[in-house]
Amino acid sequence: MKNELIHLNHISKSYDGKIVLDDLDLTIHENEFVTLLGPSGCGKTTTLRILAGFETPDKGSVIFEGRDITSLPPNKRQLNTVFQNYALFTHMNVADNIAFGLNIKKKPKSYIEDKIAYALNLVGLTGYEKRSVTTLSGGQQQRVAIARAIVNEPRVLLLDEPLGALDLKLRQDMQYELIRMKNELSITFLYVTHDQQEALTMSDNIVVMNQGYIQQMGSPESIYNEPENAFVADFIGDSNLFPAIFEKDELITIDGAPFPCVDTGFGTKKPVDIVIRPEDVDLVEKGKGLVSGVVTDLIFKGVHYEMCVDVNGREWVAHSTEPCAVGNEVDIYVHPFNIQVMNKPASEDEEAVRTDE
Amino acid sequence: MKTKYKGLKRLYIALIFIFMYAPIALLIVQSFNSSKSRGHWGGFTLDWYRSLFTDASIGEAFTNTILLALLSSVISVILGTAAVIYMSKLKKSPRTILMGVTNVPMLNADIVTGVSFMLLFLTLRIQFGFVTILLAHITFNIPYVILNVMPRYRELNPHIYEAALDLGASPVYAFFKTVLPEIMPAILSGGLMAFTMSIDDFIITHFTAGAGVHTLSTKIYSEVKLGIKPEMYALSAMIFVTVLLLLILVNRVPAKADAHGKEAV
Repeated sequence: MKNELIHLNHISKSYDGKIVLDDLDLTIHENEFVTLLGPSGCGKTTTLRILAGFETPDKGSVIFEGRDITSLPPNKRQLNTVFQNYALFTHMNVADNIAFGLNIKKKPKSYIEDKIAYALNLVGLTGYEKRSVTTLSGGQQQRVAIARAIVNEPRVLLLDEPLGALDLKLRQDMQYELIRMKNELSITFLYVTHDQQEALTMSDNIVVMNQGYIQQMGSPESIYNEPENAFVADFIGDSNLFPAIFEKDELITIDGAPFPCVDTGFGTKKPVDIVIRPEDVDLVEKGKGLVSGVVTDLIFKGVHYEMCVDVNGREWVAHSTEPCAVGNEVDIYVHPFNIQVMNKPASEDEEAVRTDE
Repeated sequence: MKTKYKGLKRLYIALIFIFMYAPIALLIVQSFNSSKSRGHWGGFTLDWYRSLFTDASIGEAFTNTILLALLSSVISVILGTAAVIYMSKLKKSPRTILMGVTNVPMLNADIVTGVSFMLLFLTLRIQFGFVTILLAHITFNIPYVILNVMPRYRELNPHIYEAALDLGASPVYAFFKTVLPEIMPAILSGGLMAFTMSIDDFIITHFTAGAGVHTLSTKIYSEVKLGIKPEMYALSAMIFVTVLLLLILVNRVPAKADAHGKEAV
């Protein structure tokens, strides 16, 4: 198993009486790409700032390699941050920005020059040493910000929505770049974003947060395929999120219609939530499915078509490469494996999130 | 029709400038007039300027003026910048109140400020002299510095300071290496404005200066009371040109800073 590097030990934080983090407990292992994912105001940036040392938790402690660093100032921590708006020093050129941390550590001149060249090569900006940072594009400024952080050889690189200000194409390119850099540098990345696609693409582990709580932790696959509650299911990807009755092991009913599933152990006749991904909803000929409905909407999405099907007043969303015209009567079939059964939310907070949508 | 209109507009502008600058132009012309009587032109001369530079009391007044302007602008820049940093950390309403409080001395009539200072120094039994003028100048200069530095500081990316800490800088190093250079253009223009205001001031200086201590403006005033000497025209003309040059400089500094800021966006 990998070494434990960081442990956020039961952290709580509130501003002006408003709770931002509530008893957050999180372990990050060496050489992992961990993403904190959640809507704005969920506490993910605060978590990052506590780790970087810009905020002090009200309760709990920050453990780094077994050492309590809760009260250590940011300039004494072996972490470096890439800020959302880059925070480059605009009165310095690219090389001086990158050398900032190394100059403080009083590294020899030749070492600094080598490091600058190495970092610029890594971020694909070789030859930009003497350029003023104000003349660079957003993507280039972002790369300088990353170079400025990594030359210090931090144990952990903290990234606060670093791609938020870039356009879609550039963002996708930078996602691959970041994965490549992470593999090349073999350091731990802690990444904060509200973009679920970004999280799924890059992470080894995703931590889904909402209202100061961790909703679910796990690999991108497990978060996507086996969401633990309605919030996670709704936040990650499109989904059909329905209330259902867990009749008995391996059988649920949605609005009275029976659907075989693979889950067991939820009891009998118990209300649950279920999630079915739109790509797992198969539209089949009438008489060959589990329930019948009428296609009410058809949208071309590029890779696939999105169809809305009205089944006794409940709207199902289906994705398919085959279009199905509006007005057609169709049956719906779902493979038992593709029905994810979840307990009803225990807290009112989670419920509130659902009704907001 | 349109061209006639245009001619009128130009005439109007010309009249404004004539009214504004005629007195000063006359002063400058007179400073080169070799005749002691102001009624007629006795030929061009630089004598008045020459005797100005050989007059020891005027030399002393000049030194005082420059020293006052330098000291008061440097000290008010330091105090004003510190005030800006503190004020921007405040919440909105206390900040607005503080801004208002600092702006009042700028709008207040100079004579009121001057008399108030005189009263204060009398009450505190402080010996009138160079120090009292300096204290007064620092006080009326601080608002100009705050007014210049505040907007620049507030549009500064707050993460710049944090980024420096993050890269291992101590708080003091981070401030001097990252925050200060970013707001330097505003500090310079604030300082230049303070410098100009200090050179320019007569009324407040008049009320806070003791016997025997003169700046150029109080010197001119006391000379004029005794009957005008043409040297005073020369001196006034030089003060005018100096202040004009400084003002041009003040206006150029923020223009450059803005261009810099726009590139960054």
